[in-house]
Amino acid sequence: MSIVIETRDVGVRAGRAILLDGVSMAVGAGETVAIVGPNGAGKSTLLRVLSGDAKPAYGRVLLKGQDVAHYSPRKLAGHRAVLSQSVGVAFPFTVEEVVRMGAGDDRRAADPLVDAALAAVDLESFRHRIVTTLSGGEQHRAHFARVLVQLFRGERDNGPGLLLLDEPTAALDLRHQIDFVAATRARADAGTAVVAVLHDLNLAAAFADRVIVLHRGRIAADGPPRSVVTPDMLARVFEVDVAGCAVPAGLPCVLPHMIAPRPRGSTDRRGR
Amino acid sequence: MTALAGPSAAVAAPSRPAGPPGLRGRPWVVIATLAALLAAAAVASAAVGAAGIPPARLIAALGLGDAGTAEAAREAARDQLILLSIRLPRIVMAVAVGALLAVAGTILQGLFRNPLADPALVGISPGAGLAAAVTIVFGDVVLHGALGVEGLPIAAFLGALAVTGLLYRIATRDGRTSIATLLLAGLAVGALASAGIGLLVFVADDQQLRDITFWTLGSLAGATWPKVLAIAPFCLAVLVALPVIARGLDLLVLGEADAFHMGVPVESLKRFAIVLVAAAAGAAVAVAGVIGFVGIVVPHLLRLVIGPAHRTLLPASIVFGGLVMLAADTLSRTLVAPAELPVGIVTALLGAPFFLFLLLRQRAVVGL
Repeated sequence: MSIVIETRDVGVRAGRAILLDGVSMAVGAGETVAIVGPNGAGKSTLLRVLSGDAKPAYGRVLLKGQDVAHYSPRKLAGHRAVLSQSVGVAFPFTVEEVVRMGAGDDRRAADPLVDAALAAVDLESFRHRIVTTLSGGEQHRAHFARVLVQLFRGERDNGPGLLLLDEPTAALDLRHQIDFVAATRARADAGTAVVAVLHDLNLAAAFADRVIVLHRGRIAADGPPRSVVTPDMLARVFEVDVAGCAVPAGLPCVLPHMIAPRPRGSTDRRGR
Repeated sequence: MTALAGPSAAVAAPSRPAGPPGLRGRPWVVIATLAALLAAAAVASAAVGAAGIPPARLIAALGLGDAGTAEAAREAARDQLILLSIRLPRIVMAVAVGALLAVAGTILQGLFRNPLADPALVGISPGAGLAAAVTIVFGDVVLHGALGVEGLPIAAFLGALAVTGLLYRIATRDGRTSIATLLLAGLAVGALASAGIGLLVFVADDQQLRDITFWTLGSLAGATWPKVLAIAPFCLAVLVALPVIARGLDLLVLGEADAFHMGVPVESLKRFAIVLVAAAAGAAVAVAGVIGFVGIVVPHLLRLVIGPAHRTLLPASIVFGGLVMLAADTLSRTLVAPAELPVGIVTALLGAPFFLFLLLRQRAVVGL
């Protein structure tokens, strides 16, 4: 498995506060990684470091073996795509126009990519709607389609890329959360390295091959969901007691059957 | 939702539905129509005025037709003088100034991600005017008039650049622009610049600065070919730069962080946009004074018709801005002929209610 993004002993400071401290991690092609942790643990900062938005105070961030700081914005956009938590569109662009932005100057080649991305987020019938008139979740899906187009185009030219997601399911209803997990998994199966900041631990476990737990700017755990999301970790990092994990009587419980779990650790998938 | 395997999945996609309804899918039809209207307006503007020249005589006046009788030849010579030395430079300058102001407004709104920005309202045009006025007075006193008409656009450009840069610093923090801060800071800067102009007009004699209304409400009455030539390089530079900046401005609509994620070198794009706004607004102010609201009305109406994509919005702004300004100027010199209204009165009468309407619609955003 080739490594797509890697941090080596990365630290980030804001004034005197230490946001990240000695973070080393790596994500390979075809891998999905969830970053979890309590508020203020440094999840968003880590994502900003990975995307090239923030420069670390020390340490290195390597995208496909090259320091992220050495990429021009344009070149960087061909290797990694980012879905922000919320994006405001200042002028009345249609859904299709927004999605097309992901394709760059190549307008001809964009058409099939735009169609595929709109289908992937279930917004084909919203193509000509003004994006700001849609609901929050629908807008988020439109931006996901834009990011997918950018990713397609970059991977066509440069091979497997990096997809960064910041709280990607926060605005989505249950149906579209499940669809979202399916779409990102499909990307990972095609070779993309996917990194998502997630709050919902159930979702993280269903979504990711690996879960990285951040705690006070440091990595507290890094491994498969089964070995990381444990009562012990929840008590230590999140300071919650879920020892029983049973649903109290009288309360409803919604635990959707996400999709069939992927075979974990099987070598044939990683060989891609 | 289809499980997404990648671009190849698109092969199976159904045939594409037709483009968006209305004129939004056909922006170049709109631009061509506006260009035809502009040509018609130019002919009409050449014909009307204190001395009317009917369209039939326009052709003779341009030396294209056969004058016939001696009487007709004399008439044609008189018409020619009016046309070539008074009306034509004024028409060309009106179109150029309108186009420059509309483009400045469009880029400024893209930069600040808000349709309420206008070079005159946020103090950029008054700043350019102050720099031009200082240059006129300074040039007369120190250089004894050695500074020609071609120096003014450069001075106005530098004044506009200073104000635009200052506004950006004040109103934008961490990539987010506060439109309320922008408008208020622009109000203060504009008032300061206008006061400076007023002081200069007060201490200077008539020859140096014609009158205060030129600077506060604008006028194209002083149009001459040398002035047109003086702003021609600015027009050309802006024209060449527009295709370069269009895509970046489209992506900036998503915010600075996401524009960067999409590959836009955000810092250099912003600097480029600021220089372009200053060049366009500065050149317009140097020859026509401060004319408001063109930069706000033109892009907004165009967005309603052809959509907000800058690739088509910017060229459309050139044509429609020229048309609006030519119409406003023609009205200003014919409504009360042989006297003249300052053209800024006409644009404000049309534009100010429009601005209020936009402000009310945006109330939540502005935080009023």
